[in-house]
Amino acid sequence: MTTTTSPVLNANGVTMRFGGLTAVRSVDLTVNSGEIVGLIGPNGAGKTTFFNCLTGLYVPTEGSVSYKGTVLPPKPHLVTQAGVARTFQNIRLFANMTVLENVLVGRHTRTKEGLWSALLRGPGFKRAEAASKERAMELLEFTGLAHKADHLSRNLPYGEQRKLEIARALASDPGLLLLDEPTAGMNPQETRATEELVFAIRDQGTAVLVIEHDMRFIFNLCDRVAVLVQGQKLIEGTPDVVQSDERVIAAYIGTPFEGAPGQEEAAEVEAAEAQQGTRPSGAPKSTTARTEDGQ
Amino acid sequence: MTTDTSKTTGENAPTGGRPTMLRAITAAGGLASVASTFLAWTWTSEFPGDLTFNGYPGGLQLLTLVLGLLTTLFALSAMDVRGLGWLTPAGSTQALRLMALGTFATTWFTVIAIAVDLGGLANWEPGAWVAAIAGLIPAVAAFLLPNDARPLKRPAKLPSWAEILIIAAVFAIGLYVVNYGIQTDADDPEPFLGYLIATGFAAAALFKAGVVTRLSALTAKYRSVTLIAALVTAVAFPFTQNKASYTELGVNILVFATVALGLNIVVGLAGLLDLGYVAFLGVGAYTAALVSGAGSSTLDIHLPFWAAVIAGAVVSLIFGVLIGAPTLRLRGDYLAIVTLGFGEIFRIAVLNLDGTSGPSVTNGPNGIPNIPPLEIFGFNFGEDHTVLGHTLDTNANYFLLMLLVTIVVVLVFSRAGNSRIGRAWVAIREDETAATAMGINGFRVKLIAFALGATLAGVAGTVWAHVQSTVVPEQYVFAGPVPPNSTFLLAAVILGGMGTIGGPLLGATLLFLIPKKLEFLQDYQLLAFGIALILLMRFRPEGIIPNRRQQLEYHETGQLDVPDQPQLSGNAVGVTKAEA
Repeated sequence: MTTTTSPVLNANGVTMRFGGLTAVRSVDLTVNSGEIVGLIGPNGAGKTTFFNCLTGLYVPTEGSVSYKGTVLPPKPHLVTQAGVARTFQNIRLFANMTVLENVLVGRHTRTKEGLWSALLRGPGFKRAEAASKERAMELLEFTGLAHKADHLSRNLPYGEQRKLEIARALASDPGLLLLDEPTAGMNPQETRATEELVFAIRDQGTAVLVIEHDMRFIFNLCDRVAVLVQGQKLIEGTPDVVQSDERVIAAYIGTPFEGAPGQEEAAEVEAAEAQQGTRPSGAPKSTTARTEDGQ
Repeated sequence: MTTDTSKTTGENAPTGGRPTMLRAITAAGGLASVASTFLAWTWTSEFPGDLTFNGYPGGLQLLTLVLGLLTTLFALSAMDVRGLGWLTPAGSTQALRLMALGTFATTWFTVIAIAVDLGGLANWEPGAWVAAIAGLIPAVAAFLLPNDARPLKRPAKLPSWAEILIIAAVFAIGLYVVNYGIQTDADDPEPFLGYLIATGFAAAALFKAGVVTRLSALTAKYRSVTLIAALVTAVAFPFTQNKASYTELGVNILVFATVALGLNIVVGLAGLLDLGYVAFLGVGAYTAALVSGAGSSTLDIHLPFWAAVIAGAVVSLIFGVLIGAPTLRLRGDYLAIVTLGFGEIFRIAVLNLDGTSGPSVTNGPNGIPNIPPLEIFGFNFGEDHTVLGHTLDTNANYFLLMLLVTIVVVLVFSRAGNSRIGRAWVAIREDETAATAMGINGFRVKLIAFALGATLAGVAGTVWAHVQSTVVPEQYVFAGPVPPNSTFLLAAVILGGMGTIGGPLLGATLLFLIPKKLEFLQDYQLLAFGIALILLMRFRPEGIIPNRRQQLEYHETGQLDVPDQPQLSGNAVGVTKAEA
């Protein structure tokens, strides 16, 4: 917290190949403590794959990931234990557990009570359970879900499910929080609330690495932004630098013709689209649309 | 659902006359059914239960009497008679329909059985005609009533001694109902079939009326009282039996219920489908048989019971870890296949360890007979003992011993389930990827569940070996008409309700009792069993006693999970719950 320059996460030449397909190609990324770093890129750029490499769900083909100087083992539960927590792009709550129980599961690595202590129910067990519940309720207060502690998580509205995922991840007292599209499907108000929440998390001393498509969100939020295109890191820098980088615009929007930007090109694209009926890949287009909305 | 309710009540208000009349007719029909049971229904005592007496009811008439009385009470409660509102807190019509239908079904089953058994309607005495018509009236009337299902009313304030008394009464009635089923004559199927029909409808009606919900709230409020009441009821069970065959039924039910509860940790909490669970029971039973001084045991040692139990538990634990360690790294179906294989391997290995096909350990198909009865502190379990003026036979002795094991398993289940490790099990079951991302070592946690389940089955097995005083390999098959087998245990868990304590206990009771009492089905038993399971999965996939999670998983019931407002007071929840 005090020193803002010490690296929390250090990814070194991370490469992930699935057979012949290279999803992530030697990506370096550093997250310093007290920093919010954004990771953007067109769909299919390998952002989530990179996340999975960081959290041990995938074992990177090459390269290493270290957290505060120690190399992370390629096992998800050990990564979490080390201090890297994550949320998922498609919400993966324990749907049939209560909100409180979800957060308590997040406390798993920070508690030790095993089967014997559960069976014998000594004073130590009761103290640990009480402490866990207290911490979980704190986190629910923090994310604004305390009044729904006894509800089943599947019955929460979408935005609150996202919040609960964050609360659950925070329960493991992480030094680094990885958020995979935390505002996907949210309305502007919810997005703004999430922004506040991420700032609050940062202020508590947890570094944050966030994948997002919402450009306004990411450029407001992040201290640094890295752009991933086709598995490779294109550029990394402050939001201003990234925003004005031509390659980024090209990756998202496409390369303009020399000397004839604007209307003419747009008309050409439209004509080509009309001819083809469907675009070969519809996904980048949607991202583009959202970028334009955002700016 | 809510709009539906308001609509029906809206219709209800202006046309108050007709429903009231229908309810009065239902009540009268119920009373007529009650009255009919005091008449003779047939002329000969050849029909089981002897229904030939005028003046007092007997046999199957008793069921009609009880159901008729309940129908009348429900109908009166629906008519807002003072002092009966507690019977139908969640609306009366559906409950009344089920109750009336139950009366109808029980009565008509009886009179039709009379006609079929004895050959023709000529065997009906006037009483049977009265009963048939009296049973029909409330059933028809109740079906013409408008639906008045409503959200549960807030219970009236009762002094706590009264609430505790209610709990005690419920357990006493429960014991009586179970005893009634167990003590029906196995030679004639009619009384038991009638009993099944009657209890089935009555239970469904009480559930629809909201009485069951109210009661479970009450038991949750007085947990320790409920536990003591349950314990007293269980201990009282052998004292209320007067035949060795009934206590034998009791001890068998208790053994299988306990094993099913152990399986519920593996299947219900951790979500690991174990199709060879009975093998762990077998491991425990064989271990106990080998070390308990049976004449044909290949080990010439006679350990005291506590040592035999520990041996059985440890050997089962070792087998559990051996089977679990290589397979639990896999997900889903693979585990089911491997455990299925292990169950068969155990049985075939035991068959072959007979000294000719393999080393001499288990005597092969002959098993290990004549395991000497247990003796703990000079208390010989093989002899009759007179306690409080009641003679406890050997089965009753073992019942009480087994009860200790059941208590241990219940404690293990509830304590482990409601802890860090139990939450990890449920998390693994819900979403293994997310659970590991939350820092749960999936393999380790699953192995603990698997080994714990195996150990508990092993402990139950050590007692079971002594109850049977013999162990043979053919008891430990995957599927068969006679319990225990893995299918039976799994079905007991699923029928009763996964993840609950009461579920497997009830499931095992039903699954053991029903085939025992309906032996006339013979080879069709498995067919009936299969049909019953299919129907259950279609209409109540969460089991008879569902836990809240499963209930919501299978039926979208809107706001069912929203807890009562007083429980939600912010930070205090965590603290009070943790201390409780």
